[in-house]
Amino acid sequence: METTAQAMTAALLPSPNPVQLIDPTGAEVEQAGTRRDYPMPSAARLREIWHAMVLGRRFDAQATALTKQGRLAVYPSSRGQEACQVGAILSITADDWFFPTYRDSMALASRGIDPIEVLSLLRGDSHCGYDPIATHTAAQCTPLSTQLIHAAGAAYGEKRRGTDHVALAFIGDGATSEGDFHEALNFAAVFEAPVIFFVQNNKYAISVPLSKQTRAPSLAYKGIGYGVAAEQVDGNDPAAVLAVMDHAVEHCRSGKGPFLIEAHTYRLESHTNADDATRYRSSDEVTAWLERDPIARVEAWLRGRGELNDDVVAATRAAAEALAAEVRERMNTDVTVDPMSLFDNVFAQRTPQLDEARAMVAAELAADSQEVSS
Amino acid sequence: MTVTMGGALNAALRDALAADDNVLVFGEDVGTLGGVFRITDGLTSEFGEQRCFDTPLAESGIVGFAIGLCLTGFRPVVEMQFDAFAYPAFEQITSHVAKMRNRTSGRVGLPLVIRIPYAGGIGGVEHHCDSSEGYYAHTPGLKVVTPSDAADAYSLLREAIDDPDPVIFLEPKALYWSKQEIELPCTRAPFGTAKVRRDGDDVTLVTYGASVPTALKAAEAAADEGWSVEVIDLRTIVPFDDETVVRSVRRTGRCVVLAEAQGFAGVGAEIAARVSERCFHSLAAPVGRVSGLPTPYPAPMLEKTYLPGVERVLDAIARLQWDDQPDLTYAEVGARG
Repeated sequence: METTAQAMTAALLPSPNPVQLIDPTGAEVEQAGTRRDYPMPSAARLREIWHAMVLGRRFDAQATALTKQGRLAVYPSSRGQEACQVGAILSITADDWFFPTYRDSMALASRGIDPIEVLSLLRGDSHCGYDPIATHTAAQCTPLSTQLIHAAGAAYGEKRRGTDHVALAFIGDGATSEGDFHEALNFAAVFEAPVIFFVQNNKYAISVPLSKQTRAPSLAYKGIGYGVAAEQVDGNDPAAVLAVMDHAVEHCRSGKGPFLIEAHTYRLESHTNADDATRYRSSDEVTAWLERDPIARVEAWLRGRGELNDDVVAATRAAAEALAAEVRERMNTDVTVDPMSLFDNVFAQRTPQLDEARAMVAAELAADSQEVSS
Repeated sequence: MTVTMGGALNAALRDALAADDNVLVFGEDVGTLGGVFRITDGLTSEFGEQRCFDTPLAESGIVGFAIGLCLTGFRPVVEMQFDAFAYPAFEQITSHVAKMRNRTSGRVGLPLVIRIPYAGGIGGVEHHCDSSEGYYAHTPGLKVVTPSDAADAYSLLREAIDDPDPVIFLEPKALYWSKQEIELPCTRAPFGTAKVRRDGDDVTLVTYGASVPTALKAAEAAADEGWSVEVIDLRTIVPFDDETVVRSVRRTGRCVVLAEAQGFAGVGAEIAARVSERCFHSLAAPVGRVSGLPTPYPAPMLEKTYLPGVERVLDAIARLQWDDQPDLTYAEVGARG
């Protein structure tokens, strides 16, 4: 007979291997040895995620291209991580909260936020282009893991309000080394906050490989120390990401507390366009991951079942090109920023010191414009 | 009635909890125990564990959790147990609390209060006596306030909880047990208004928080020497009340700044610079600064030497070129050996 501790352990531990429902060739994987049941999502949902991933990848490629044209100051790509970026988002609702990092622009666009508002941060006209309250989506977070605690707090707030809304927070593998990762999991567990911590283990923190971040058998094993249920999933398998997310969302909505997911994926591009990945990894390694492409495998699965035909594929590719063209066109304009707006949102009301600085800048601007006109 | 500063803070929290269901009080030991200084005494039993509760021992977590709660409409009041124990929360405070309204173009305000018992004078062992106001005052987006008596403790804490922006609320722990005859709830004064604690004509002594009682004692002693000293208690470091300070200094023509924190690059330095810029033509002498020493806060048995006392204030006043002779304290180029 199992002891209580053994039963608790079984409920919290991740499966020994990442959950996979569709293999890289598009074949279904027989489920054996997973700690929970993960049913195959419906063909309709897989078609939906395939469609969103095709658009997401095109958006991401367009954003990378915009850095080369000088329209974006910098862009951290998530190419290759589409199953995570899109799958996690499709598993939550607009009422749920999302706490993204700087690498999650594709996820934000997939959430339905205007792509131009998403790119505002990286274009450099504001720190956050969208309304976090209206979209229930926090500003993209650059300090690592710090937003996980905000997610725990917001999730606890929703619970206190009596809703069944959950919070979804993204981080990368490197950020699991930060102290706030630990504090967030612990707070979430103690307050039974309905929050999903979704780790996109893309194998590198800029240049530092996972082997230098941790000795844990898998990042998902970090959950049990806090009493947080966890799972690991093939992060390049869209079906598995949806299935594991569905379980996690249900776990949170039904009042069982937080959930930790480690998604094994790979960052195909450099850290950002300013980085050079050839200095720390081989092209063979990248090629091997290209063969585990998330879009190709779900496309193969759908085609194999007659759920996708050439017409639909062509229409989706056209929609993706239209999205890219729209982003290109709308980003290809010079943005004007108002220097006087600098003083508007430091506090709800300007202090006398802000008024003083504002008057100085106003005078400088007036003098500049007089010089130009004279 | 006789009220201690600690009692006034407790009353302010109680009244705020009663006034608004969105107010939550949390931190380490603030629940059943009532806080290590008993400032939250009785709140859990009166309002329940949903309103005043203990958290895990993790300051970054406490502040970050409060940010998340703000997103869902709550108004958290969190306690950091001691000044130096707030440092683990520094990233949350400077990168998120201070910047949230700004980085979201005004769409997300954080009406939260971070209460921090600060400064020394109680014989505390290391890491229990820091004057950390400079770190916070240097960070745009934070309001930084500190009371010096029971009435202001109540007034400023109620103002802080009602404020739409984050407030670092520094409680001078040496004054927790100071007593005052007041009726609660007392009249509130808004942020950004300094108080003249003692009228005077010859010197303006600008100070705040933990150093106010020392300033008043020094003014009393200075009167015996024939100097009439006006004492200004800033109450709020951010926003800063330039008007009250400048008006006074232009009238007296002399100014000394007193703050217990070590002096280099501190709030006292900022005040001295502001006064010099704004009152230069009214000044009969350079602005004097009296501060803690440029050393880490010392072991308790050395505290008396470290803390700026009445004598150091009187020395600074004496050097204000009363006889029109230049003060030669800094005659040498370079630091005085």
